[in-house]
Amino acid sequence: MRLVLLLLCISCAAYTVFVYTRGDAGGDKAPSPAARAGMDLWQQKNCQSCHQIYGLGGYLGPDLTNVAGKGDAYMRAFIKRGTQRMPDFHLSAPEIDRLCAFLHWVDASGKSKVPVGAVHWTGSYQLQP
Amino acid sequence: MTPHLQLLIRFSLLMLLAALGFGALASLAFLYPQISNGTLPFYMLRPMHVSSALFWIISGGVSGILVFLPKVFPDARPAPRAERSFVLVWVTTIAVIFGCYFFKKFGGREYWEFPPWLCLPLLAAWGCLMWAYFSGWRKRDKNPPLYVWMWTTGIVAFLLTFLEQNLYQIAWFRSSFLREVTVQWKSNGAMVGAWNQMIYGTSLFLMTRISGDEKIARSRGAFFFYFLGLTNLMFNWGHHIYNLPASSWIRHVSYAISMTEWLILINIIQGFKAKLGQDRKHRHLLSYRFIIAAEYWVLLNLVLALFMSIPAVNRYTHGTHITVAHAMGATIGINTMILLSSLGYVLRIENLEAFWRKKLMRGFAIVQASLLVFWLSLITAGVLKAWRETGLRLGSFDEIMQPVRIVLHVFVLAGFGLLWGMMLIVRAYWHAMKNATARAGSDMVDEVVEKTGAPLLVTENAAG
Repeated sequence: MRLVLLLLCISCAAYTVFVYTRGDAGGDKAPSPAARAGMDLWQQKNCQSCHQIYGLGGYLGPDLTNVAGKGDAYMRAFIKRGTQRMPDFHLSAPEIDRLCAFLHWVDASGKSKVPVGAVHWTGSYQLQP
Repeated sequence: MTPHLQLLIRFSLLMLLAALGFGALASLAFLYPQISNGTLPFYMLRPMHVSSALFWIISGGVSGILVFLPKVFPDARPAPRAERSFVLVWVTTIAVIFGCYFFKKFGGREYWEFPPWLCLPLLAAWGCLMWAYFSGWRKRDKNPPLYVWMWTTGIVAFLLTFLEQNLYQIAWFRSSFLREVTVQWKSNGAMVGAWNQMIYGTSLFLMTRISGDEKIARSRGAFFFYFLGLTNLMFNWGHHIYNLPASSWIRHVSYAISMTEWLILINIIQGFKAKLGQDRKHRHLLSYRFIIAAEYWVLLNLVLALFMSIPAVNRYTHGTHITVAHAMGATIGINTMILLSSLGYVLRIENLEAFWRKKLMRGFAIVQASLLVFWLSLITAGVLKAWRETGLRLGSFDEIMQPVRIVLHVFVLAGFGLLWGMMLIVRAYWHAMKNATARAGSDMVDEVVEKTGAPLLVTENAAG
């Protein structure tokens, strides 16, 4: 039993290193300082409690993975004023810029929706980064 | 039972009620944010709900382990000072976490929304727990029963996944968004496996004590399923991020490993008839009824999880309330039922007076009925959202959610039913705790088991 446990742990450690170093498929870019600051702001305001990125997060608001594709004016309108469901967080203009930079960075990483053509007969799918 | 273990158990039960209370409020805030945003906004209630659920599960799981370990190894008990330090630091830190939430101070990530610096005292507390658990390790049986393997695995795996959760503080991990999300959900997924090891280990311990058959914790079959569970802990976390355009092999590995859980489902179905006989034999034991309930919820949630783990199906279910049904079905139906069985066993609920037994059983019935409605309404809401979003491809979020919100009113009512039922159960447990502390300080033989006809438990020194 101990041998099985040891082998599993070694496999897990090796897999972990592989995931860390090769798991991102090399597809996306490093964040700008503004995007990195925007990510910190996203966490400080707890945006993920209501919104999702790649379907992960809360369900009160929409998935924002590719919202940057609708343009900065669209994003700023929502962030600046809030809506009936979303409160106004009274963010400053530089803070809104950072959030938009973060959402642009997320948008550049890929699409949240899986196209039907990507589904394989095995039940899995192949996505392009 | 020592005062600090009593504190940990009381704290765990408070976290359970807090999870359901904040959850009920959060569900109202979800449906009526226009009203709640000014006072108790959803973005404040959700982390309060999620954190209290997590801390109930972890604290409740650890309570059971710390009470049961001395029964397994009477000559090699956990170090009392380290145990006490764990409880004090753990409880204090979590109180500070809720204070931060109340003042809307966040900064962490999904499920750990509190300011990240609070991970340090949590880590210190866990270090104390590990010191307490592993002290006297050398004096223990070199071939322990499976539940000890599972407790050990859970405690170590929790530490590793907790550390991994915080790797994002290192800039390199955030230099790629796909890497950042992958590692986050690798640790989140494996952490669930870690606490499942602790809790299922406790379930196995209870089964050996209630049935009087230690062999069930030493059989090859039991160890097979332990290693199957451990393999899933290590490799199947990728089902959280199937739609992430990271490397495809993560998806394929996770898919393949997830499908091995069909073996668990087949095993449950094959053993069902024999299980029914065993259930009838022990049904009179209150703590065993929670185990029976957990087993039915394992079956329901396993079927749901197996389908959700197929990427082609996950394409529809991901990002819908079906995910919530799975998460809550498992945390309430499985983990909470096992923990209530464990704490009920510790608190000797079999000794409750007839009035309190009746209250407890009423609470149990309300919880089961409410949870079923709760679970089904979430699945219905999820199916609706999945169809409208992925099937019909409706563009507007409000348009997608309009009928979903109607269904969620049923979910909200069921949530309040759950809260009511759990309040009855916790009230009975609190009363049992008062009886237990009144008996503390004396050696005793467990007379309950004699009266019910189940095997005798070992003599225990409650002050030790």
